[in-house]
Amino acid sequence: MALILNEEQQLLKETADGFFADKAPVSQLRKLRDDKDETGYSKDLWQEMAEMGFAGLLVDEDNGGTGFGYVGAGVVAEAMGRTLAASPYLASAIVGASVVEAAGSDAQKAELLPAIASGETVVTLAIDETAHHGPEKTALKAEKAGGGYKLSGLKTFVPEGHVADKVIVLARTSGKAGERDGLSLFLVDRKASGLIVDRTVMTDSRNWAKMTFEGVAVGADALMGTEGKGMDALEGALDRARIVVAAELLGISQQCLDMTVQYLQERKQFGVLIGSFQGLQHRAAELFSEIEVSRSAVLKALQVADAGGNVGWFASLAKAKASKTAELATNEAIQMHGGIGMTDEFDIGFYIKRARVLQNLYGGFNYHADRFAALSGY
Amino acid sequence: MSDLEQFRQETRAWLEDNCPASMRKPAQGEADICWGGRRFEFQSEDQKLWLERMASRGWTVPTWPKEYGGGGLSKDENKILGEEMRRIKARSPLTSFGIWMLGPALLKFGTHEQKLEHLPKIARGEIRWCQGYSEPNAGSDLASLMTKAEDKGDYYLINGQKIWTSYADKADWIFCLVRTDFSATKHTGISFILFDMESEGVSTKPIKLISGYSPFCETFFDDVKADKKNLVGEVNKGWTIAKYLLTHERTGIGDMGLPTPLSAIARDKLGLEDGELADTMLRHQIAEHEIDAASFMFTIERAKDQAKAGGDMGAFSSMLKYYGTELNKDRHELILKVNGSEALEWEGQFSNNGEIARSWLRTKANSIEGGTTEVQLNIIAKRILELPA
Repeated sequence: MALILNEEQQLLKETADGFFADKAPVSQLRKLRDDKDETGYSKDLWQEMAEMGFAGLLVDEDNGGTGFGYVGAGVVAEAMGRTLAASPYLASAIVGASVVEAAGSDAQKAELLPAIASGETVVTLAIDETAHHGPEKTALKAEKAGGGYKLSGLKTFVPEGHVADKVIVLARTSGKAGERDGLSLFLVDRKASGLIVDRTVMTDSRNWAKMTFEGVAVGADALMGTEGKGMDALEGALDRARIVVAAELLGISQQCLDMTVQYLQERKQFGVLIGSFQGLQHRAAELFSEIEVSRSAVLKALQVADAGGNVGWFASLAKAKASKTAELATNEAIQMHGGIGMTDEFDIGFYIKRARVLQNLYGGFNYHADRFAALSGY
Repeated sequence: MSDLEQFRQETRAWLEDNCPASMRKPAQGEADICWGGRRFEFQSEDQKLWLERMASRGWTVPTWPKEYGGGGLSKDENKILGEEMRRIKARSPLTSFGIWMLGPALLKFGTHEQKLEHLPKIARGEIRWCQGYSEPNAGSDLASLMTKAEDKGDYYLINGQKIWTSYADKADWIFCLVRTDFSATKHTGISFILFDMESEGVSTKPIKLISGYSPFCETFFDDVKADKKNLVGEVNKGWTIAKYLLTHERTGIGDMGLPTPLSAIARDKLGLEDGELADTMLRHQIAEHEIDAASFMFTIERAKDQAKAGGDMGAFSSMLKYYGTELNKDRHELILKVNGSEALEWEGQFSNNGEIARSWLRTKANSIEGGTTEVQLNIIAKRILELPA
């Protein structure tokens, strides 16, 4: 397959770029922040996104989606990265849908996939328990009780966890923290009795949640996939989500470069346009190169994700490279903008904040560089 | 059976019959590379035979038209030929600047007569070419070159000096940038001309490098006569050809194929502990490098696919040249670290006369030759990012 967007994907890209520029410019995120909005995103926007088909890109047509696949999902994520559009897209349409698809029973799929695609139900994944990503470190316990299970423990940094309707929880049914075996996935209602949800306002003005499970009782039908083998189903879905996160990071990097180049073309000092200074030209050209190289890693990974099978190596490559590049792009954007880049009034600050949150989400550069090495056999 | 499948079977059978056994392992070093030319000394009978057999089918330049000594293969057939050669680890029968630089330029800008005259000799490995571009005062600022070519009726009289001419001392002919109009602006008075290195008035002097090797020469022209029929394209329009060739060269330098993965060398040298490289700091550095290298490899793939889909490579080749050469320098610094003191031996059997150290030093030129890293960044800034001059 050619490593470029096909006609259909190119069309989706143009549609998405236009849609988010029009419906969700950075000013929307700024207003949500200034209003201290408790949802953290515009429900109207999310509804419009669903009508555009963006919530169902990973859901097949029989379940009300478009089945567009991961390249399409990445294209839309990149467009969202460019305007920092806030929505439960990543939590629900990407992570939620791919985990349900990978681990859900037929009944769970029938219940959840159409509702995810229509935007009616927001699903999220509760995975990390500490400040550092690592699914195998899961300690939250699920014990057999009364024909079902009882969940006890803590989950942190759950994207959109404060508003999600359903939470997919990675829990330990056997073994101890650090072991891959013995982990299982459960579908839990956010309003379940014994589940305490605390909203966490993050640096990027988006909301995550801390979730305390105080003996939350669920039925046997809440189990997703095979007990004790949750990681087998989760890993592929999580890897695909990582690639889509990398695509959003790519959008952030590209937007930072574009804003910076525009500034260099307009700003005058010493009586000349500062873009004529070689010191700045070379910084911008190096950044351009890093972004192009990241773009290739991300597109390749998205294509492999669509092809099916094990994408771990590609996911870690894309997430590591896109994270490193986004760090460079956001830092360089502030430096090249000078003082104005430090002001809240200017938008660059929103980009660096969102970038760091996404860089860290589902494993940062070091996590993925280490995993890339391990998967490469060293 | 499809035509392509039939082509594959025939190719496979032909290679099986015609590729000598000793040509079925990768080239180990300079001595294994067949450059061709009047004075080339074949390493073995097999090397000679392999060149002759491949040339007889036009497969030293598989995609060139048959009438010019090529194989006339389509892109798909050429891909199959490459795959089948790799399958038996067959070596490239011929490497030369004629094939990857002058040939493409002649095919694009040359007359039918010029193509008939020069291309078949390149394809058969009979004439070895060198490139006369840089001058002592025209390096990064190549267009300020001063080598003079005066119109003398049926020939040009050439006087001046070139530098960094790769293998000028071994080459038979030169493709050369000369100034034909001193009153014009610097880009518009340049012409692209070909002449024999055995002509009276041509002399060369090898330049010894920090690696100890002398792949480059100073080249002097003292009243050299160059036949007018060997001026390529229009007079004073040589810069267009030069730019085309530089773009070609940049893509080539950035795209040096897939070397042995660094991690494989490191695994071999350092060993694993619990499945991880025994040196944790180096492991981290190597992973960081390989993430960039893999991403770059996909970037070459993307650029090629874009070009196939009709996109213009343009200044993107400057990005590939810049990134690829910087990566290669980084790779060799890491190879040095992986090998420790062993990498620093300069003479002796053990190190094959300091092969690691000399290769490492050679890479320092990667970001200078064919337009420095800084020139590439200038091009990206101006032509892609459209930053002001």
